Amino acid sequence: MSSSEPLPAAEQQPTLQITDLVKTFDQPGGGKLTVLDIPQLRIDPGEQLALIGRSGGGKTTLLHLIAGLLAPDSGSIRVAGVDLAKLSEQGRDRCRAATIGYVFQTFNLLPAFSALENVQLGMAFGNRAVDTPRALELLSKVGLADRATYRPSQLSVGQQQRVAIARALAGRPKLLLADEPTANVDPASAESVLDLIIGSCRDENISLMMVTHAMEVTERFERVEELNALNRALQHV
Amino acid sequence: MWLLRIAWRNFCYRSLSSILTTVSLALGVALVVMVLAVFGIVQEAFSRNAQVGYNLVVGPKGSALQLTLNSVYYLSQPIENLPYTEYMEFFNASERAAMVRKYGGDPKLGERDGKYAAYVSGGYAIPLALGDYLGEYRVVGTTPEFFEKLRHGPTLEEPFEFRSGRAFQAHSEENGYFEAVLGFRVARRMNLQVGETFSSTHGDPEGKGHGQGFTVVGILAPTGTPNDRAAFVNLEGFYLLENHAKPLTGEEDIVPPTDAPEDANGWTPISIPEREVTSILVRNGNPMFGPGMQNQINESVLAQAAAPVGEINKLMNAIIGPMLAALLVITLITCIVAAVGVLVAIYNSMNDRRRDIAVMRALGARRETVTGVILLESLLIAGIGAVAGWFLAHAAIWFFSEEIENRTGVQVGILTTSSYEGYIFPLVLILALVAGFLPAWSAYRTDVGSNLSA
Repeated sequence: MSSSEPLPAAEQQPTLQITDLVKTFDQPGGGKLTVLDIPQLRIDPGEQLALIGRSGGGKTTLLHLIAGLLAPDSGSIRVAGVDLAKLSEQGRDRCRAATIGYVFQTFNLLPAFSALENVQLGMAFGNRAVDTPRALELLSKVGLADRATYRPSQLSVGQQQRVAIARALAGRPKLLLADEPTANVDPASAESVLDLIIGSCRDENISLMMVTHAMEVTERFERVEELNALNRALQHV
Repeated sequence: MWLLRIAWRNFCYRSLSSILTTVSLALGVALVVMVLAVFGIVQEAFSRNAQVGYNLVVGPKGSALQLTLNSVYYLSQPIENLPYTEYMEFFNASERAAMVRKYGGDPKLGERDGKYAAYVSGGYAIPLALGDYLGEYRVVGTTPEFFEKLRHGPTLEEPFEFRSGRAFQAHSEENGYFEAVLGFRVARRMNLQVGETFSSTHGDPEGKGHGQGFTVVGILAPTGTPNDRAAFVNLEGFYLLENHAKPLTGEEDIVPPTDAPEDANGWTPISIPEREVTSILVRNGNPMFGPGMQNQINESVLAQAAAPVGEINKLMNAIIGPMLAALLVITLITCIVAAVGVLVAIYNSMNDRRRDIAVMRALGARRETVTGVILLESLLIAGIGAVAGWFLAHAAIWFFSEEIENRTGVQVGILTTSSYEGYIFPLVLILALVAGFLPAWSAYRTDVGSNLSA
């Protein structure tokens, strides 16, 4: 797909629809290892899903597939009506920039940039212009309006994760992917981070898929899925 | 715009490495600019001063280049001297007869036209007598015609102007035969004013001083030519200095002068057999006669004629040009080494950046975007380095401009540029793109998944 190719129009359908998704990796000794084999997974607009599973179970790989950072071997991943499996890498990049927000376990703020600029980066690669008032509004929402010019190294761990949340929301995504966002913060901050993510997604009608292995986190979600149950590859092990 | 901002932030974040790399590139560019400036100054100094209105320099047999260097640029040592009668060959019979009446000599000299008189008709022949110094500067014995007839400037239409005073006269009531005009630099360096006197030294700057002094009657305005670095004295006075008259053998046929004025101290001009000239600046009335006259002079026993422009071009093409080209190649290699420095600096930082690149990719940046950021960063280093190097070089040139002008007569300002300098910026940017390619390719190939999880 060329950069000028328009994205297929999103239909009024699930924010995320996974069908017969298979992902394998080459093994060092030869052969393929199937890490994901998911027949069905659906998230509706505004729905919030907690996905739990054991370490090494393919949770992060699934998020990377949904974000278009990896291509599946087979099956389809429709995000806001667009089948990522049918897009070129450039098309997936554009789709990701336009529809997906991503909160990482390790925050992954860019150290050379201020808090405000990190939030602005969340809009810099999409089709929309960088909206500085919105970036400032998001920083204000996460309680860091007075830290806009601070570098990540000048912020606490909890503050860094809040900047990362603001960044993920900056591009007005339809789907927010959160990969164990509370794993590296203290319990008090974890609660605040969860409040922010869940509250913000609810406020902006963003679908949320949060990967976690913390049971106290899942209590905040109406819908909780176990990857073991969804992933046939794990069921064969 | 955001790509440039990201590249700039990366530049600032790794400031020490970025600045050191930029400085090395700036020094490389400064070297290239300075070499080009030296090239331009040398070329300008030689070529524009080779055209001061005359088309030929006539002097004794020997090196045509040496004749040009000592007569036009007042550099190198004079070859030898020509008898004054060779100078008289450029004049017709009546002018020659007048010289005999004025200075004394063989009356037969005035009975025929000079061999080259017809070629010069409508032009001029101006004698130069060299050999004395005022400090480090050449003393040039010549006639008042030097200031009346020679021109300078880009169009060769500018006459000599005097910052103060006037041109010397062949004989004046107040100073007799001993008047002098100083070039602008000489007056400034030797701290001499109109009305003051100086004595020249014989043979070299540390040579024996002549007892008889010259009175400064004029100081030339700056011309940007070697004439700024010369002290001009009246040829008649020059001849009258100790040991400047050619000894007579006693066999000469000399009729005493009838038209020569005697000055207050009893000095009268020396006779024609006692006179010599170092060289003669000749302009043909019709330039088409130049080559014919040059051939005829070169076929003569005593003299040679050199075309200053041709000699300087030969010098430039044979020696100075290749030397400067070699210097330029060396400095360009310095630039390439600096560009390799850019490559090493960025490439070494790639391990630290992979995570940043992966994050940008996760935020929606395409492979081409992160590649562009790396190339932009390389271009930033190159651009800043090139601009800084250019200014550094021109500041240095400006700092030394007075010294350059003193030594070469070429005036250089902070924004005096060589036409080749226009190629430096694109060349450095191309080098930066080449240098940035390897790290940019590494960025292009960065695996997002593994680096996000790392």
